[in-house]
Amino acid sequence: MSHDFPRNPGQPLDTSAFERQQINLRATERRAAQIATRRSVKKNYQAAWLVNAIKVIDLTTLAGDDTAARVRRLCAKARQPLAPHILQGLGIAPVTTGAVCVYPTMVPHAVDALAGTGIPVASVATGFPAGLMPLPLRLEEIRWAVAQGAAEIDIVITREHVLGGNWQALYDEVAAMRAACGNAHLKAILATGDLQTLSNVYAASMVAMQAGADFIKTSTGKEGVNATLPVSLTMVRALRDYRDATGQMVGFKPAGGLKTAKDAIVWQSLMKEEMGAPWLAPDLFRIGASSLLGDIERQLEHHVTGRYAAAHRHAVA
Amino acid sequence: MPTISEILMTMDYGPAPEDASIAHDWLARHGARFGHFIAGTLTSPHTTFATINPATSVELAQVSAGSAADVDAAVEAARAAQPKWAALSGHQRARHLYALARHVQQHARLLSVLETLDNGKPIRESRDIDIPLVIRHFYHHAGWAEVLADEFPAATPLGVCAQVIPWNFPLLMLAWKVAPALAAGNTVVLKPAEYTPLTALAFAQIAHEAGLPEGVLNIVTGDGETGALLTGHAGVDKVAFTGSTEVGRLIRKQIAGSGKALTLELGGKSPFIVFADADLDAAVEGVVDAIWFNGGQVCCAGSRLLVAEAVAPRFTALLKARLGKLVTGDPLDKSVDLGAIVHPVQLERITSLVDQGVAEGAVLTQGAAPEGCFFAPTLAENVDPASILATTEIFGPVATLTTFRTPADALVLANATNYGLAASIWSENISLALDMAAKVKAGVVWINATNLFDAAAGFGGMRESGFGREGGREGMVAYLAMPSPKAGKAETPPAACDPLPGDTAPGAKGGIDRTAKLYIAGKQTRPDSGYSYAVQGPKGAIGLAPLGNRKDIRNAVEAAHKAFGWGKATGHNRAQVLYYFAENLEARAEEFVARLTAMGLGKSARSEVDTAVQRAFWYAAQADKFDGHVHSTQANHVTLAMHEPMGVIAISCPDRSPLLGFVSLVLPAIATGNAVVVTPSQSHPLIACDLVQVMETSDIPAGVINIVTGPRDDLARVLADHDDVAAQWYFGTAQSCADVEARSAGNLKQTWVEVAGLRDFSSSAGYGKGFLHRATQVKNIWVPYGI
Repeated sequence: MSHDFPRNPGQPLDTSAFERQQINLRATERRAAQIATRRSVKKNYQAAWLVNAIKVIDLTTLAGDDTAARVRRLCAKARQPLAPHILQGLGIAPVTTGAVCVYPTMVPHAVDALAGTGIPVASVATGFPAGLMPLPLRLEEIRWAVAQGAAEIDIVITREHVLGGNWQALYDEVAAMRAACGNAHLKAILATGDLQTLSNVYAASMVAMQAGADFIKTSTGKEGVNATLPVSLTMVRALRDYRDATGQMVGFKPAGGLKTAKDAIVWQSLMKEEMGAPWLAPDLFRIGASSLLGDIERQLEHHVTGRYAAAHRHAVA
Repeated sequence: MPTISEILMTMDYGPAPEDASIAHDWLARHGARFGHFIAGTLTSPHTTFATINPATSVELAQVSAGSAADVDAAVEAARAAQPKWAALSGHQRARHLYALARHVQQHARLLSVLETLDNGKPIRESRDIDIPLVIRHFYHHAGWAEVLADEFPAATPLGVCAQVIPWNFPLLMLAWKVAPALAAGNTVVLKPAEYTPLTALAFAQIAHEAGLPEGVLNIVTGDGETGALLTGHAGVDKVAFTGSTEVGRLIRKQIAGSGKALTLELGGKSPFIVFADADLDAAVEGVVDAIWFNGGQVCCAGSRLLVAEAVAPRFTALLKARLGKLVTGDPLDKSVDLGAIVHPVQLERITSLVDQGVAEGAVLTQGAAPEGCFFAPTLAENVDPASILATTEIFGPVATLTTFRTPADALVLANATNYGLAASIWSENISLALDMAAKVKAGVVWINATNLFDAAAGFGGMRESGFGREGGREGMVAYLAMPSPKAGKAETPPAACDPLPGDTAPGAKGGIDRTAKLYIAGKQTRPDSGYSYAVQGPKGAIGLAPLGNRKDIRNAVEAAHKAFGWGKATGHNRAQVLYYFAENLEARAEEFVARLTAMGLGKSARSEVDTAVQRAFWYAAQADKFDGHVHSTQANHVTLAMHEPMGVIAISCPDRSPLLGFVSLVLPAIATGNAVVVTPSQSHPLIACDLVQVMETSDIPAGVINIVTGPRDDLARVLADHDDVAAQWYFGTAQSCADVEARSAGNLKQTWVEVAGLRDFSSSAGYGKGFLHRATQVKNIWVPYGI
């Protein structure tokens, strides 16, 4: 992950940064609903926004039946997410996805398959997805994945700390994980579906950033509810408030539930409207997804050919 | 168009234009020239004027300026169609309204595009807000037509409705007017605004397509002159107007004394109150949806931002950042937040007001806007309470920002306006939010939200924002006539008050002399004039009554305002007082019978006293039962329709039935929490003075009932001219009915005028829910919830 800004070093825990923060659900939903209707991109603009979306996808496989071969196939797709005729039709240089995201034991296979591409490998860690493992084991898991070549670590937080309002414990945990990451970047998965309220989401976002997270991420993809626009809006506002208070830039990663090209555009519009264009680049924005890329590729082929595309005519991930 | 590689460098949105070709085809099909829609057909165009697309200054079409003959023809067509339309069953009218809803839905995009072309509002708004609300309105009112007889038994349509609507929500305002009118069995002549007539004409064609019978809906285009011809037309039974307070006043005066029913939905300068415990981001988006919605050309727009000092710096920073993101431009572009201002004349008005504000010291933060008929979203700070920007309805995308210290401070600032249309309150503290909602002077209150509309909720204002509601149950009431009390003959006007000493009065024959006094602020007081007038019985003078004058009225109104605690008492408390009043009146029944007999009312004296006691029981019973509704609007919202007292009501009693007339008018007013200033029967005022002793023993708080005896019509004029009287009920001469209505235009108080004598107060026409409706106004409070 290349940055032209310093990594978030974290701050001392400061609960006043979120304890009085009020979040109104219905008002948040109203704004979230308008994100999709206040802005629209058409023609070349739409194509460009879809290409940009590819560049920020963390192409993901996190399944119990993942194998080395499956991961190699995914990496092939990450290296060449668009068929040559589409690239040519769009008139753009080759693009890749933002990263490939896998389980720790799959990291070596991914690192191998992506050697020389510059595409970082992200690994989930810390007892993903529930995170209910002893802290030393979770920290060791991070160190192991980093040792295997993971450049980014997607950690999960202990939800109990949020639900119990135990901010110090949450802060200490994430800070320890950040230390374990070393030079690898830390994405803190808040599992917002488990946190339930937007106030919890905001508080957890703020503590994770204070503890030094490089990214805050909505979901594991395994909760009942994954990335939603109201939750994303709340997290993005948290990272805006954190930036305004500390000057530090933190990235955002919605994950789970973004399946269509339309979703990709709406979430980018959210970033542009709330944060500005820098938050459309992979160093500050990622989308965690597996099936999204297929829909984007179909839409882009339609842009090039004027014909509606069939998924089976594209390379599978 | 830039290449994809280039766009990837900027990540701009680029143009996203809505295709307007079908709307242009529709205009072309009509040769871009329109007549009126009368009796089911489009008439030939004549004396036309242009309607333009304000975004491009290009003419869209020529429409006809409605003449007196056009208005006559349209009113005649409506009149001819009305009996048959009213005679349809509710179910049959429901089928028609349902068909209107369906056909509008099927032509939704044409109407959206046409609205944006003619008005300049962003296509997002016409597509996502205006037209869906139009459709919802017709569906909802198809329902009212269906259940009308069940829900409003005995109610009848008013007849022919003259409706004049503004240019800011052209088709939506049409729907708000037409749907309830038709559901109730009225027929309509509607004049759309001069700047935006096209969707009304398209709607007329769609109504024709949907099979609406000829003459039920008529559209006459034109400017204010045509509007005045329509509202003043003798063949019209009801006038409904939405527009400026200035024109509302003209209409009030124009039709004073005509007997036409009237509802007015006028201007506003609505407060938008942000407390320290608000979700500030939500409130910032609220501002976007308030004053930067439809270019601020919204009567209920939250234009006065009142922000708690504790959060003002952060709120202002967030608001300015958000303002910087707003896009003003081509309204047909799907990525535009603010479109064009409706007309260069309006742009000139906004520009001039803002210039004056700057000259007075306002500091502006503005977004960008293109050349042409556009005005950038604007935030004005450093605006004094007396500044033109703080007091005048700008009708443009201009918000003022003022800070406050405490909730009490916020309330004073919020209510410091002539208007009372809407308010928006932002706080996560339900106690604080509901307390403010109860105290703010506004017909619509949104908590943690703004500009929410639904056909099931009433919309309309208080004070100089007008009266009457549109939408919901309360909106239907505005298009229905309650059973009319044409029982009796008009009274002969009372003899003039004679202040000269005259015949021997009864007290002079050995008893202790009794002095009748005014009753103001819970005290019996002598009249300011120092004069009394003789009160005649059948056999000569029976006493002297104080001759009240304008200063007594002034004092009485002040006293009534100080009795505001009465309106906050529980219904149960007020009921207890009314029951006690009945108890005490009954205990002295013989005395009152004797007194009425001495006045020459022996025949009805007994029944008048008995009925007065019964009325007190009836209104005591209603005091805690005439409550509001929870409207079924949007999911996750409680929409409370509260019955609020008007405030101070002026009452002029008929001359006959001096006890029952007084009691029948005063009790419903105070049962609902109002304070009253009453002029009792001019010829028989002493019974009211006697009643003071009953009031005093019945725990009626000081100032709730104030009695000023004297020349009814003179005093009524003083009351009609009084800016701090919220409503006036006048029973007297036809001439003074007209006078009261005309003078009420000053502060747009709600009036109820009747020629005295027509209503028989001893019959069922002498009491009922109709009285309670007159005594209250509905405040709709929207409370979204969810965690």
